[in-house]
Amino acid sequence: MSELLLPPEHRYAKIIEETRNSDGSELTILNLGPTHPATHGIFQNILLMDGERIIDAEPTIGYIHRAFEKIAENRPFYQINVLTDRMNYCSSPINNMAWWMTVEKLLKIEVPKRAQYLRVIVMELARITDHLICNSILGVDTGAYTGFLYVFQFREKVYEIYEEICGARLTTNMGRIGGFERDWSEEAFRKLDVFLTDFPVAWKEFENLFERNRIFIDRTVNVGPLTAESAMDYGFTGPNLRAAGIDYDVRKAQPYSSYEDFEFDVPVGKSGDTYDRFCVRNAEVWESLKIIRQALDKLPEGPIHADVPDYYLPPKEEVYNNMEALIYHFKIVMGEVPVPVDEIYHAVEGGNGELGFYLITDGSRTPYRLHFRRPCFIYYQAYPEMIKGSMLSDAIVILSSLNVIAGELDA
Amino acid sequence: MALETTYIQEKLSQKFGSNVLNFEMKRDIFSLEATSETVHEVIQTLKEDESLNFHFLTDVCGIHFPDNDENHQFAVVYHLHNWIENMRIRVTTFLKGENPEVSSIIDLFTSANWMERETWDFYGINFIGHPQLKRILNMDEMVSFPMRKEFPLEDSGRTDKDDRFFGRTIKQIK
Repeated sequence: MSELLLPPEHRYAKIIEETRNSDGSELTILNLGPTHPATHGIFQNILLMDGERIIDAEPTIGYIHRAFEKIAENRPFYQINVLTDRMNYCSSPINNMAWWMTVEKLLKIEVPKRAQYLRVIVMELARITDHLICNSILGVDTGAYTGFLYVFQFREKVYEIYEEICGARLTTNMGRIGGFERDWSEEAFRKLDVFLTDFPVAWKEFENLFERNRIFIDRTVNVGPLTAESAMDYGFTGPNLRAAGIDYDVRKAQPYSSYEDFEFDVPVGKSGDTYDRFCVRNAEVWESLKIIRQALDKLPEGPIHADVPDYYLPPKEEVYNNMEALIYHFKIVMGEVPVPVDEIYHAVEGGNGELGFYLITDGSRTPYRLHFRRPCFIYYQAYPEMIKGSMLSDAIVILSSLNVIAGELDA
Repeated sequence: MALETTYIQEKLSQKFGSNVLNFEMKRDIFSLEATSETVHEVIQTLKEDESLNFHFLTDVCGIHFPDNDENHQFAVVYHLHNWIENMRIRVTTFLKGENPEVSSIIDLFTSANWMERETWDFYGINFIGHPQLKRILNMDEMVSFPMRKEFPLEDSGRTDKDDRFFGRTIKQIK
């Protein structure tokens, strides 16, 4: 094998040399990525292949590493929120809300019910878009483009709702310490209503298109299966774990933001293969819709943020006319807010699993240490094990069904 | 909560004596400290003891404390979770500043593989027994460990972010 393809000290070189056949045929290597249209993100995998079967894989990650943990150690709390959007950018509001809840837990702030319910609504919307992207792209990777085009417009509808709430679409920077920056407009609720009427119809059709589709079933059933034990051992959480048959969901295990007020089921799969992961995500979308409807029905009136003048920016007219408000405004913008000394861990159910923030503060304006528990990073290490022995085309489908988001992987 | 923190403390103290210390309920997570020599066995006990059963490794991460004494320069923090009792536990171990090292727990949890690589990558903490301890997010040619506190992020001459100007006192945490 040419040295340009594989340096002689690479561990594959030895395997290739040892397994060379007498007729001159040998194992090959294939460089999948870093930029490859089918990986939907920047991942490199060096595959060792026997014909079209994968024998071994060596993943390299870190292509979009942005040192968020280091940057976070130099920023006041409200400026860290923009870092969290850029982790799982398919469901940024979940990351935003998770960060605010971490800070509120640190500061022992009780958020009003209305804000909590609105947070639940926007988090479930984000979960829907996350699952929608994952499942429709899985369809694209198996050759079914139609489903993707059909449901993808609804992501746009959700982004319009985000726009009404906070003005941004992809990297939302939504919410503040203590609640929301402003109450949701009537237009936002109107758009949400339209979404709740139109989307289930489309999602039902999307499901019908795939769930009993012979070609799709052939491509996904028994592809990349994972037992419950190994999923647990590899640190899986979220839909990928539930597809293997374990009903762990942070929303149920440690309810945050009033999730205990809503009735919803935790769908589980059985074999942990690509088809089960697809079905679990489909089912979770229905549960999310159920939660949103309940939250809208029960939505209480009242303030949309906690009364915490130390952390929550005062209204602009007061800043211009009132000395005290001006002082608060200045202190908050400069990041000079009181911070207790503490050590906390807060986890939420992100689009891909348990998204956790481990935060240590020493009383200064910035965190002493902030560690992101990124679900993708932890379960992506099982990928080589999952694709061993499968075909190259299956490796693409498995990667797609794991929903590995490059931003969350590399932080 | 069916699993009592006093029971965990008793169980571990019985087995490890003075090697496990500082049991404390830190907000909602029961925390303890273990010496770097015993932390592997402590986690093994937490995982394999039938009555404790902390079978899921949530997170591993490193921390740097440059102001501490020589034997407490680095910390590795393990978060474990018992899904059946729905209880989390945090195990911290402190390491010395010169060539910090601790046993890898990869034989207990496969998921520790990349988490320990990440900790090595950013803090230079050596995990003994790790099969492939190399950089994961940074490039292989890098020589420094960027999450250590002495590694500057921005111009160190900046004074506008100096906490002393706002009369703030910073507690040295340990």
